[in-house]
Amino acid sequence: MWKWLHPYAKAERAYQLCNTLLPYFAVIAVVGLLVGWVWGLAYAPADYQQKDSYRIIFIHVPSAIWSMGAYSSMAIAAIIALVWQIRNAELAVISIAPVGAAMTAIALITGAAWGKPMWGAWWVWDARLTSELILLFLYFGVLSLYHAFEDKKSGGRAACILAIVGVVNLPIIHFSVEWWNTLHQGSTITKFDTSAIDPSMLWPLLINIVAFAGVLGVVTLIRLKNEILRCEQHRPWVRELVNRG
Amino acid sequence: MQTHHSYWLAFKSVYTKDVTLAFRQRAEIVNPLLFFLIVITLFPLAIGPEPALLTRIAPGIIWVAALLSTMLGLDKLFRDDYNDGSLEQLIASPYPLSLSVLAKVAAHWTVSGLPMVLLAPLFALLMNLETQSLNATVLTLLIGTPLLSFIGAIGAGLTVALQKGGILMSLLVLPLYIPVLIFATSAIDTSSMSLAYGGQLAILGAMLAVAIVAAPIAISSALRVSVS
Repeated sequence: MWKWLHPYAKAERAYQLCNTLLPYFAVIAVVGLLVGWVWGLAYAPADYQQKDSYRIIFIHVPSAIWSMGAYSSMAIAAIIALVWQIRNAELAVISIAPVGAAMTAIALITGAAWGKPMWGAWWVWDARLTSELILLFLYFGVLSLYHAFEDKKSGGRAACILAIVGVVNLPIIHFSVEWWNTLHQGSTITKFDTSAIDPSMLWPLLINIVAFAGVLGVVTLIRLKNEILRCEQHRPWVRELVNRG
Repeated sequence: MQTHHSYWLAFKSVYTKDVTLAFRQRAEIVNPLLFFLIVITLFPLAIGPEPALLTRIAPGIIWVAALLSTMLGLDKLFRDDYNDGSLEQLIASPYPLSLSVLAKVAAHWTVSGLPMVLLAPLFALLMNLETQSLNATVLTLLIGTPLLSFIGAIGAGLTVALQKGGILMSLLVLPLYIPVLIFATSAIDTSSMSLAYGGQLAILGAMLAVAIVAAPIAISSALRVSVS
C-alpha cells in the first residue's frame, strides 16, 4: 500500500495521476448526467401523489449523498496529510471543500424548493435538514480557516485538523440532532423508503448518484491540478509544462 | 541541583500561572459574567415578561448565553502566550504539550465556567425556572462548561496565529457546540417535567470524558501548526 502510494507524494506524479483520472470521471459525469436527467426528468413515470414535482429527487438525493461523501473523502485526505505529512493530500482537502460545500448548498436549496409544494414551507427544523445545514457550516469553517492564513502551508494543515475534528463530531451532531428532533417534534414526513421506490424511478436515481460522483471527481481533480500548479510554480517541471503550452 | 521532572508539577505550574494572571486582571473574569447576565436580561425585554413563557424558554436562553460568554474568554486563551513567546517555550519544554494544554483549559474553565456554575441559581431565578429545574441547570453547566472550554480551545489553537481570529473562531466552534446545547437544554426541559434526566447528563459526561482524552491532542497539534 505504502509502496503504491508513495510516488504520489511527489507533486508531478500526483499531477499526472489527476490527468489520467480526469477523462474517466468526465465521461461518467457527462454520460451519467445526460442519461440520468433525460431519463429521470422526461421518461420516468410521474409520482401518483406528488405528480411531476417529485422529479427534483434526481438532483436533491445525489447532491445530499455526495455532500456527505465529499466530507468523508476530505477527512480521509486530511488524516493522510497529517499522519504521513503528504502535502498533496492537504491540497486535496482544500480542493474538495468548496465542491462539497456546493453539493450541500444544492441539496439544501433543492430541498427547500421541494419542501415548499410538499410540506407548505421552505424550511422545517427537521433532523436531516438541520444536520445538512450544520454540515454546510462545517464546510464554511474549513474554507474560511484556510483562507484566513497568509501562509497557505499552515493554513492547509490547520484546515486538515479542523476537518478531522469535524468528522469526529459529525456523527455526534447527527445523532443529537435526530434525538432533539424526535423529542421536540415528529410531524414532518421526510422518511421515504428507497426499497419502496419503483424500479422505473430507482434506476435513473442510481444513474444520477453515480453521475454526481463523477461531477464531484471532475471538479475536485481540476481544482487539485490548479492547486498543485500554484504550489509548485517555481519548480522546473511546471515551467516546462507552461512552455510546452 | 537535581532537576525533578513531574507531570503533576508541570500541570500545577501552568494552571496556577494562568489562574493567577486571570485574578490579577479581574475584568477578564467579571466581563464575561456581566455579558452573560446582560444577554439573559435582554430576552425577557425582547420577548415579554410572562412568567410561563420565560419558564419555557429559560433553559435555551441560559445555555445560549453560556455558549456566547465562553466564546469571549476563549480568544484570550492562547493569544497572550502566543504574543509574548511563552507558547513556544511550552512547546519546547520537555513536558508533553497536551499536558500544558490540559492545564490551560482547566484554568480557563476555573475562571470562566466555574463562576457561571456558581451563579446559575441566580439566573434560574431571573428566568423564573422552578426549583426542580435548578439542580438540572447547575449540573448541566457543571458538566457542560468544561466541555465548552475543551472544544473551544481547539478553535482558539487553530486561530491564535491570525490577527482577526475572534470571529473566525466562533464560526469554527459554535457548530461543534450544538450537541452540548441539545443535551443540556433537554436535561433541563426534562427536569421541569419532573422526569429523570440522568440519561442526558450521562451523555454529556461521556462527551466530556472523550473531550478530556482527545481534545488536548487536537489542541496541541493545532498550536504546533500555529506556532510553526
